[in-house]
Amino acid sequence: MALNHTSKLFALFILAVFVLVPDVAFAAADAAKEAGEALVGAPKPTRADYPMIGGLNARTLAWGFAQMHLFLAAFVLAVPMFSIVMEYIGHLTKDERYDSMAHEFMKITMSAYSLTALFGGTLALTLFLFYPHLMGYLMKVFRGQFLIYALLFLLESVTLYIYYYSWNALRYGNRKWFHMSIGLVLNTVGLSLMFIANAWATFMMSPSGVDPATGAVIGTVWEATRNPLWNPVNLHRFIANIAYGGAIVGGYAAYMFLAEKRAEVKAHYDWMGYTSNFIAIAGFLPLPFAGYWLMAEIYAYSQQMGITAMGGILAWLFIIQAVLIGTIMLAANYYLWCGLMRTDRGAQYAKYVKYIAVVIVGGFLVWVTPHSLILTTDEIRLLGGTHHKFLGPLGIMPAKNTAVNLMLVFTFLSLQMFYRSSRVPTVSWAKAGNMVIIALYIIGCTNIVFAGLYGYITPTVYKVGASVPQVVSTLSIIVFSVIIDIFMLRGAKSEKVHWGRMSERSQYALFVLPVAFTWLMGLMGYIRSSLRTHWHVYTVMKDQSPDAYIPTIGQAGNTITVITLSFMAIMVFVFWLSRLGSTSQVKPS
Amino acid sequence: MTFARVMIFSLFTLLAFTGFANLVPQVQGDPPVEEKIDVGSIDMAGMVLLGEKLFSGKGTCTLCHNDMGRAPDLLGIDLAKEFPERIADKSYEGIAKGKTGPKAIEEYIMESLVDPSKYVVPGYGKKGSNDKISPMPKADTAPIELSKVEMNAVTAFLQDKAGISPTVPLPSADEAPKATGNDEDEENEPATTGVAAITKYGCATCHDLEGSEADIGPKLNGLAKRMTDAKILEAIVKPNVVIAKGFEADMMPDDFGEQMRFSELNLIVEYLKKLPE
Ligand code: HEC
Ligand code: HEC
Ligand code: HEM
Repeated sequence: MALNHTSKLFALFILAVFVLVPDVAFAAADAAKEAGEALVGAPKPTRADYPMIGGLNARTLAWGFAQMHLFLAAFVLAVPMFSIVMEYIGHLTKDERYDSMAHEFMKITMSAYSLTALFGGTLALTLFLFYPHLMGYLMKVFRGQFLIYALLFLLESVTLYIYYYSWNALRYGNRKWFHMSIGLVLNTVGLSLMFIANAWATFMMSPSGVDPATGAVIGTVWEATRNPLWNPVNLHRFIANIAYGGAIVGGYAAYMFLAEKRAEVKAHYDWMGYTSNFIAIAGFLPLPFAGYWLMAEIYAYSQQMGITAMGGILAWLFIIQAVLIGTIMLAANYYLWCGLMRTDRGAQYAKYVKYIAVVIVGGFLVWVTPHSLILTTDEIRLLGGTHHKFLGPLGIMPAKNTAVNLMLVFTFLSLQMFYRSSRVPTVSWAKAGNMVIIALYIIGCTNIVFAGLYGYITPTVYKVGASVPQVVSTLSIIVFSVIIDIFMLRGAKSEKVHWGRMSERSQYALFVLPVAFTWLMGLMGYIRSSLRTHWHVYTVMKDQSPDAYIPTIGQAGNTITVITLSFMAIMVFVFWLSRLGSTSQVKPS
Repeated sequence: MTFARVMIFSLFTLLAFTGFANLVPQVQGDPPVEEKIDVGSIDMAGMVLLGEKLFSGKGTCTLCHNDMGRAPDLLGIDLAKEFPERIADKSYEGIAKGKTGPKAIEEYIMESLVDPSKYVVPGYGKKGSNDKISPMPKADTAPIELSKVEMNAVTAFLQDKAGISPTVPLPSADEAPKATGNDEDEENEPATTGVAAITKYGCATCHDLEGSEADIGPKLNGLAKRMTDAKILEAIVKPNVVIAKGFEADMMPDDFGEQMRFSELNLIVEYLKKLPE
């Protein structure tokens, strides 16, 4: 039995290695292609070349299927990532609860997996039907990579099933390590899948490996893959997916908590909700920084594209983004504050909540207050066409940077407070340690505020520079407090956490998270696609379809809402399915 | 019951986001519309006007060239002073080097369009390039893709702004832009006669034209005596710059400039000039 597993693992490992060296696979495809073919440019379809099928709106269909596929895929990719971490924690701490929870997470994922494939297939079909020229061109650029994607998908299915179904068979001792290795392969395959799909999406924004004048394919697949925006999007999506997965599982836990009557089950789901919220926040904290990096790379690739993003039509989108992110932060914090009820020492921290709330709400207000130069409809129209005046570097002024950083710091403080409320340090230097942490917060926040003020008085071009010390301060506070806490709380006296001692209202915060996250993700997808303006592949292949325009924010918002609703309906179905699997009818007597 | 409560709550959250998205200004981003230029009939005033249109439209110049500091605010700064100073700058090595006069300005502008990195205005270079590389995309390649005639028009517009009479050549027949794949809709066929253009844009609903006897707008007879071609053009495209005596601003629609073809605008001006006194 063990041998059987070992050999399977070995085979999977070999495949994973093959996948991880994309050049090997691509080079093979390239070699076949090399045989001196004349350079042909990107296709130039005319409006009449876009198939019209039964009056269907091609873009809305593709948009819907792509977004559904992305939602599901993000969830399906993210859960195994934190499952394996949790499995590892369970193994280290010998606390079975972690293991069972990771298993339960996976159970939900399994029912979502086939739906992911279904939507992926439908998306591919839609794209090939309605955009044959574009897809033909992308096939030419990426050649064998589509096959690799398909192969990886197969591999993902196999590993996912093995990982889930072998859970109980490989639960303890050395077998656990086998199991975690399978999980590792699963995650490697999953990430590779996402990176490949990202290559296509980012190639359309910042094409490389093709002749800039004609679009003729002159480079290797690897060159097209490694386009300027590939890695920034890889990182941003990787982190966002984790936060997203956490938020969704949190919604599930909250629902189970509300629906349950039995105290011990309630306690379990309360703990699951807390852990999911923790994952969501942990994924969330670095996101703005990854977002900034992405935006900075967009500017570096094309200032025109960068300004298109932060100016005119899309500028307002970033205000909406701010509102959503603010909502997410408030909800996550509110949940943490309610959590202080769970310990008897919590009350001692509760008195600080109002100050944190002031900072978070204040920061939120600063962030959503439109920069004085935000445009009215008329002003935008006046500037004409697709492009508009823009709102200063990165559209987010020093005041906003300051607000965001302070909000992040204080969200982390909420998290730290709850963590502390159940642990009493016993080390002799506890007092000194606490003083250091407090000093860290004070110095860090002062630094953030002063860097913000400095940003105000320096000329435009240097404003972006002012945000670096702010980010460094934020990260330092987080990293150093974690390190100090680790040492200080060694052998700490733990207080009892009364899991389940949570108000009903607090659970609703856990529903705000997935709803806001899902909608936000849809919104960002709209921004990403809109940046290409009237191009399928920016600067290389024009979009001549009737839908080559950027829809208004309202239209986009309505579409995203409909998609989000469909996704919610599907998730309800998925959760119901996973419950169904574990209910059995009582045998009639 | 719990299920219903949770769903209603989630729906409410979702509706709040949707509502907010519908409250902010709503603007659709249309792809640039190809200007069909009537080679042969367009004059310099038409070129300047076309240039102005391209500057904020297809050329996307206003995206960067505005008062936000990313690029020289070409509409705000004193071009008559700035352009000669750039050419006289020690580090300028372009084709207009050592020259003065309107033609030199034309060459400088044209060079800025097709080879922006030839001379980078100090302080505006790409980050880390020490003002050696311009962040401005070449105007004649993707994504902007202005034709030669269009670049001439933009140059004419900027020369005009700098207070010089444009020196660019008027387009000749063989420079007519090639028809692109993006064919216009049927109903947007350009009008081919003055009367057709007047009818298409409904001028007669306000002005007494073709016997409509409308009196919302002033009588347009005898315009040629009162106004130059350029002024007539302006009165149509930017009606609120000069208001006819006895009438109020904001009465005449100010978006004809966006809707009309140049050929149509020319036809209308010709038509108006020929009206009996
Ligand atoms: C992506 C931003 C961007 C766009 C779009 C853009 N420019 Fe520029 N432009 C710049 C920057 C930055 C400079 C200053 C650096 C330089 O000299 O190249 C500049 C310089 C110029 C100059 C020289 C200005 C001077 O003061 O000497 C001219 C003329 C010019 N642009 C015209 C245009 C026109 C016409 C368009 C539209 C077809 C356009 N630009 C589009 C960014 C842009
Ligand atoms: C909704 C009513 C309305 C329509 C439609 C309209 N105009 Fe006008 N027009 C006015 C008014 C009112 C004025 C006077 C106020 C002003 O100068 O802006 C005016 C002024 C003018 C003038 C300047 C007259 C002067 O003596 O200074 C011209 C030229 C003109 N219109 C041409 C046109 C043309 C050509 C069209 C069709 C393309 C048109 N208008 C359509 C209402 C209209
Ligand atoms: C404030 C700085 C930020 C900027 C400039 C930014 C920018 C972007 C852009 C351009 C995209 C489109 C790329 C893509 O489709 O992957 C994107 C995607 C996304 N962003 Fe951000 N972002 C920022 C912060 C955040 C934050 C704080 C969150 C979390 C709440 C977030 C969540 C997302 C999500 C969920 C996606 C979709 C990822 C996916 O498609 O898998 N972003 N972001």
